[in-house]
Amino acid sequence: MKKNEGGEWRDVFKILEKQVFSPIIKLFVIDAPKVAKSCQAGQFIILRIHEEGERIPLTIADFDREKGTVTIVFQEVGKTTKQLGAMEAGDYIKDFVGPLGEPTHIENVGNVVCVGGGVGVAPVHPIARAFKEAGNHVIGIMGARNKELMFWEDHMRAACSELLVTTDDGSYVRKGFVTDVLKEVIESKGKENIPLVIAIGPQPMMRAVCNMTKEYGIKTIVSLNALMVDGTGMCGCCRVSVGNETKFVCVDGPDFDGHQVDWAELSRRQVYFKAEEQKALEHHECKCGCGGGK
Amino acid sequence: MAEQKTKKKIIPNKNPMPAQDPLERARNFNEVALGYDEETVVAEAQRCLQCKNEPCRQGCPVEVDIPAFIKLVAERDFDGAIKKIKEKNALPAVCGRVCPQENQCEKYCTLAKKYEAVGIGRIERFCADRELQKGVTLPEVAPPTGKKVAVVGSGPAGLTCASDLAKLGHDVTVYEALHVAGGVLMYGIPEFRLPKAVVQAEVENLKKLGVKIEVNSVVGKFTTVDELMENEGYDAIFIGTGAGLPYFMKIPGENACGVYSANEFLTRTNLMKAYQFPDWDTPIKIGKKVAVLGGGNVAMDGARTALRLGAEESWIVYRRSHEELPARKEEVEHAEEEGVKFAFLTSPVEILSNEEGWVTGMKCIKYELGEPDASGRRRPVPIEGSEYIMDVDTVVVAIGQGPNPLVPRTTKGLELTSRGNIVADPETGATSKPGVFAGGDVVTGAATVILAMGAGRTAAKSIHAYLTSK
Ligand SMILES: Cc1cc2nc3c(=O)[nH]c(=O)nc-3n(C[C@H](O)[C@H](O)[C@H](O)COP(=O)(O)OP(=O)(O)OC[C@H]3O[C@@H](n4cnc5c(N)ncnc54)[C@H](O)[C@@H]3O)c2cc1C
Ligand SMILES: Cc1cc2nc3c(=O)[nH]c(=O)nc-3n(C[C@H](O)[C@H](O)[C@H](O)COP(=O)(O)OP(=O)(O)OC[C@H]3O[C@@H](n4cnc5c(N)ncnc54)[C@H](O)[C@@H]3O)c2cc1C
Ligand code: SF4
Ligand code: SF4
Ligand code: FES
Ligand SMILES: [Mg+2]
Repeated sequence: MKKNEGGEWRDVFKILEKQVFSPIIKLFVIDAPKVAKSCQAGQFIILRIHEEGERIPLTIADFDREKGTVTIVFQEVGKTTKQLGAMEAGDYIKDFVGPLGEPTHIENVGNVVCVGGGVGVAPVHPIARAFKEAGNHVIGIMGARNKELMFWEDHMRAACSELLVTTDDGSYVRKGFVTDVLKEVIESKGKENIPLVIAIGPQPMMRAVCNMTKEYGIKTIVSLNALMVDGTGMCGCCRVSVGNETKFVCVDGPDFDGHQVDWAELSRRQVYFKAEEQKALEHHECKCGCGGGK
Repeated sequence: MAEQKTKKKIIPNKNPMPAQDPLERARNFNEVALGYDEETVVAEAQRCLQCKNEPCRQGCPVEVDIPAFIKLVAERDFDGAIKKIKEKNALPAVCGRVCPQENQCEKYCTLAKKYEAVGIGRIERFCADRELQKGVTLPEVAPPTGKKVAVVGSGPAGLTCASDLAKLGHDVTVYEALHVAGGVLMYGIPEFRLPKAVVQAEVENLKKLGVKIEVNSVVGKFTTVDELMENEGYDAIFIGTGAGLPYFMKIPGENACGVYSANEFLTRTNLMKAYQFPDWDTPIKIGKKVAVLGGGNVAMDGARTALRLGAEESWIVYRRSHEELPARKEEVEHAEEEGVKFAFLTSPVEILSNEEGWVTGMKCIKYELGEPDASGRRRPVPIEGSEYIMDVDTVVVAIGQGPNPLVPRTTKGLELTSRGNIVADPETGATSKPGVFAGGDVVTGAATVILAMGAGRTAAKSIHAYLTSK
């Protein structure tokens, strides 16, 4: 939708719907027809809340081409996501650009295991759906630290052929990490029957999945969340080493062969601005009345 | 008009440009060069000899009628002067500031043979700034032609092309990947050299001509050039996506924390205003000793920005010598005045880091100048056994940029060079794909603002011809 901002008509991105999954995990449906028209599973957007805001990437968790909407699910971890979480349906996001990144490569390989950990359930959802639509038998595995942080079980059940759920603390369905469940699946189906694993979630989780599937020799695709600025291949901030080559996550990825990723380098770069992020959060909490610190 | 017979008295030196004190300005982001006042600009204009053969004009890539506009300034007809400039140059406030005048118009100035050239760029800047302050009188726009043109990229090439086409009555939409228009003028060239308000004022003028600017629109992603033509009804496309893909050295340690591409370093600072963190959200982090690799404008901007962000030492590390520095002369001088240090004939071979992955130093090798290479410059040759460790904790890589592949990769039938640049006829801007034109850095590789503008203008002319002949 276009809105008059200081005499200028420009696209603005209205929050049409807000769902609160837990105090720190929220879903927005955004009016963004340009993005909705062409986005595919595995792609992401970059948004900027307001004029002084930073650009942050979030994965497209769902989309409706007809309504022109894009769904994002995010976890509040710092200043920008907290500020975002304090926004309500009816509010406007200043900038919202996408779809960015390469879509996940979808093909019919037979069986695919899609693992979503924590907020990673959201990005894995459209990918699982696309694999199923391509004729695969999709085994979904979703996990969260506890029951409170669990969301979209129904969506995942619809997107997958079968779904396995776990919590780290056992507060829902069963106790165990997604890697525990994955191991059981591989052992019971036989590794030769599982040609592909997709894993999206916190870095330690993706790394653990890759360590395990490497032993079984199962190809594993991960979606990397490197730091980004522009998301168009212009700044090189998002570079990672994959198979000893430098790649830009925003244009070459975000999907990569997890067995080739230099995880140690990625995790060092991930905390590049830790001190500044802490400062930004403190600055935010002292000034703004949005209750970011809760 | 009768020519003056008596020989004009020559004033050998340019009127100095008022500037912020070097040590003070090295710590702030305000504009360095403050601009001439009315008396100074008239005095400077009066230095011009009004040469009949107009040598200066040949040095200007867009052939601004330099003697004519300077004469008007000398006569204090500033409105007339800016009108004259704008016949050829759509962004004079920008060019007056950032053109490498010493290699262009001023290089050929008759006075420059013995004395200092007329300050053509400075006079141009004065006229443009005065107009921006006063409020610009909009040029006439021809009646609508009913033809739609899409311009991809809003750098100087795209803005100029859009402006010319709009004046001819075409319906122009500019698609820009970032959240603001202006290209390198917004994200690359620092505030202290080119205030962003100046760029945005030019963008506003463009909008007043009826040009629609769609920011947050990455062509090749939300749509493609082919779709724009086939589904959105555009009759022609201009591609001006620039050379925004940063090159790295490909040396060990380059992905360490503390190593930035110049694009990231400058984008965080300029576009995202990290120098105002935490009031603005985007962070930047620099250490005490910064090394900037390269010797062009981008490198100078990086090194001067590092000082402003609080670096204790800021070094330019360059493979060749002072003489070969490709940066604008004024930028090198400003950098030197501000305290930027130079390590010439030096090139890094490895970036060293600690266990947490942070830069702790840079292993460099010394060079000496050998035989001239194809470009006529003496080729630097490494001196064996000359490796040493440079004590730095931040590295900014400014060794050049290539074309961003998003548009070339997604456009059918577009001929590219081996480096990925779009092949376009320099006379017309036409590409191998009918109806698609290109210009600026995406065609030439990283060049200059005025060349990009010239290419935008050339393409606008041939797009107009193409549309009106169809
Ligand atoms: C391709 C991609 C897709 C993503 N999808 C999702 C998603 O669907 N849901 C979700 O909750 N999160 C997602 N993220 C992570 C999300 O971008 C960060 O959580 C967010 O930027 C944090 O911002 P902040 O200011 O709230 O936190 P901060 O306190 O500033 O940062 C917290 C941590 O988030 C990461 N981060 C910070 N800034 C950036 C940045 N500019 N770019 C990337 N990471 C950053 C860093 O690891 C940092 O340590 C994705 C990241 C990438 C790269
Ligand atoms: C730091 C720096 C300092 C410089 N200093 C000088 C100087 O002092 N003097 C001088 O003359 N020149 C200088 N230059 C060079 C000059 O800025 C460039 O030559 C000029 O900007 C090129 O113009 P352009 O229009 O071709 O491209 P750009 O200015 O690069 O603009 C291209 C635009 O296209 C957008 N874009 C890219 N891909 C897409 C896409 N797929 N969809 C939509 N939009 C897209 C980009 O975001 C960008 O906004 C400098 C360059 C840099 C980086
Ligand atoms: S546009 Fe650049 S080269 Fe031409 S006259 Fe102006 S400053 Fe000189
Ligand atoms: S060459 Fe120099 S002195 Fe001669 S007209 Fe041009 S600016 Fe004036
Ligand atoms: S985020 Fe800038 S290149 Fe990827
Ligand atoms: Mg942040």
